[in-house]
Amino acid sequence: MSHSAAEVLPEQNERTPVLSARNVVKHFPVRSGGLIRRQIGEVQAVSGVSFDIYERETLALVGESGCGKSTTARVVLNLQPATDGEVRFEGTDLNTLNRKDLQRLRREMQIVFQDPYASVDPRMPVNEIIAEPLRIHGLYDKGGRDRVRELLATVGLRPEHGNRYPHEFSGGQRQRIGIARALALRPKLLVLDEPVSALDVSIQAGVLNLLQDLQAEFGLSYLFVSHDLSVVRHISDRIAVMYLGKIVETAPSEELFSNPAHPYTQALISAIPVPDPRKERTRERIVITGDVPSPANPPSGCRFRTRCPKFANELSDAERTKCIDEEPLLVDRGQGHPSACHYAQVRQLI
Amino acid sequence: MTSFDSQTTADPVLSVEDLTVQFPSDDGLVQAVRGVSYQLDRGEVLGVVGESGSGKSVTSMAIMGLLPRTARVSGRIDFKGRNLLELSEKEMTRVRGSGVAMVFQDPMTSLNPVYPVGDQIAEAITAHHDVRKEVARKQAVELLDLVRIPNPQQRATEYPHQLSGGMRQRVVIAIAIANRPEVIIADEPTTALDVTVQAQVLDALQAAKEETGAAMVLITHDLGVIAGQADRVQVMYAGKVVEAGTVDDIFYTPRMPYTLGLLGSLPRLDIKSERLTPIAGAPPSVVNMPPGCPFSPRCPMAADICDREEPTLEPTTDGRHVSACHFRDDLAGREPTDLFNPTSVDDAEAVAAGEKNE
Repeated sequence: MSHSAAEVLPEQNERTPVLSARNVVKHFPVRSGGLIRRQIGEVQAVSGVSFDIYERETLALVGESGCGKSTTARVVLNLQPATDGEVRFEGTDLNTLNRKDLQRLRREMQIVFQDPYASVDPRMPVNEIIAEPLRIHGLYDKGGRDRVRELLATVGLRPEHGNRYPHEFSGGQRQRIGIARALALRPKLLVLDEPVSALDVSIQAGVLNLLQDLQAEFGLSYLFVSHDLSVVRHISDRIAVMYLGKIVETAPSEELFSNPAHPYTQALISAIPVPDPRKERTRERIVITGDVPSPANPPSGCRFRTRCPKFANELSDAERTKCIDEEPLLVDRGQGHPSACHYAQVRQLI
Repeated sequence: MTSFDSQTTADPVLSVEDLTVQFPSDDGLVQAVRGVSYQLDRGEVLGVVGESGSGKSVTSMAIMGLLPRTARVSGRIDFKGRNLLELSEKEMTRVRGSGVAMVFQDPMTSLNPVYPVGDQIAEAITAHHDVRKEVARKQAVELLDLVRIPNPQQRATEYPHQLSGGMRQRVVIAIAIANRPEVIIADEPTTALDVTVQAQVLDALQAAKEETGAAMVLITHDLGVIAGQADRVQVMYAGKVVEAGTVDDIFYTPRMPYTLGLLGSLPRLDIKSERLTPIAGAPPSVVNMPPGCPFSPRCPMAADICDREEPTLEPTTDGRHVSACHFRDDLAGREPTDLFNPTSVDDAEAVAAGEKNE
């Protein structure tokens, strides 16, 4: 274990986080199919998520589809307004800013999307794609051309290929173009939404290496959203595991893998296949049944209880009542890091 | 899980010989599959790995006879003493489903949205067997139970949209095994699914295989899934098999730089890796391929001979572990980090140039 919680956190706590989210909530209305389309309910995509990201740090949000990780990323960037909660960038509350100030702040926070095919305009040459944020913020006239060439080189592409169109590049190269565009305004924070999920493994590795290099070179902070725990272990300093709109466990990366405390984290870790035949065939599997419940109607108390192997197999009826009635808070119950389970217990799985 | 040692080549259930698939296009002939041969033994799981465009899916589509008419297919596909490439459409229809069944990546494209799933399974049964509808329905429920769908009686009456992705995929598996096929071809069966659901579907696939005793071709890009499920593995690159062997051969003693490159590119859940070693560059275009080894532009070991002569599959550590590399013997004991750079640059030439400068 290279970093323990004790080593990493206290020192950082004295600094101001680059980004800090407090009790962020995002609900989407569910409307009836009729003419009036009255609201008949709401999907609780994100239900009270809090985290801090410090300078030069990578925080990963992991979870399965529908857990709210991408929505959280969009809400903290103010691409979608939060229903409730507070997001601060270097101490400034985004909600208190007017449009102009918010736009200026946008330079500091940029996003890279999953699908490099969909996130760049196919009719624009690459130079223009990368120059666009500079133009929007009125920075292109001051050496924009050189900046674009420099950015292409920075992301490992050849500056002389800048006149080409996106379709002339491979998927990995296109993702690099997306990263170059995100870097154009010299941001402090990059939100990476499944940045390597659409890429083949041999290509994915190069993009992950690039992200590590860029972080070291420019002192970037990353909010790394992914469903892939293997990628997340490789790239992040800290991890927050999400389930049905809530963070269920958070810890420094190595700590999470060596001492997972929440039954969901344990199930996730044990479900991911390891590319080592002997290990893979002798591993302990925690099988969870069923599917993620609808976020329009989440279970009472602990949201994971309907699929929880601990709830189903280990707990007594009296203990289960607590899971049903009382929502577990995300606190340290003696496992060394916070987890949202009344009966959190470390299990070694790797 | 069957052990590798008990496998023999004596009685293959499916054998593919020198299969090539070409598609004419405006830019020239697309050589999607360039001479693939393999034998699938009874009850074994053959894992096929490779990146997008390596020809792994097209090979299976050729076996099922599902390629568009424009495709030029040659070679032999022997199944139960017949060459599938020579069968009429009518005969092929009889083989599909009852002899060789297929599970695709997206279950929604395999299921009919307007019929209850139970009826669709029953239909698969009545298509190949002369049984009464009620009997087929009863079997459908049993099959749903077999693929671990809870409350199968109820689920059989539901429509595909009422089921989750993982459950739909298990319905597709139930249809695939409805007629006790001898071969199941699963093409990226879990790729669209979440990991916890993937585990359930792999379980269902395992149960289906055990119940029917079928051999399986498991196509996936996920080396973790291969490690857990496959008995033998085939690595494909640019339309060819570039390495094949037991799962242990491929993971512990790879003899093809591409395989090593793949393993070195993988972030691992079980080990903290500081730096990955990607394979620089991109797979070659399979239109108008240059002579020589298709991997040589990305290969750190490439020499002059690699650009002139395409290596054939030759035995390495033992007769059934074969690799297509001129320098296969030099790879003994080499780690991915010995060959590949922990680079972040995308360009293979730039990486090579950087090496020379150092």
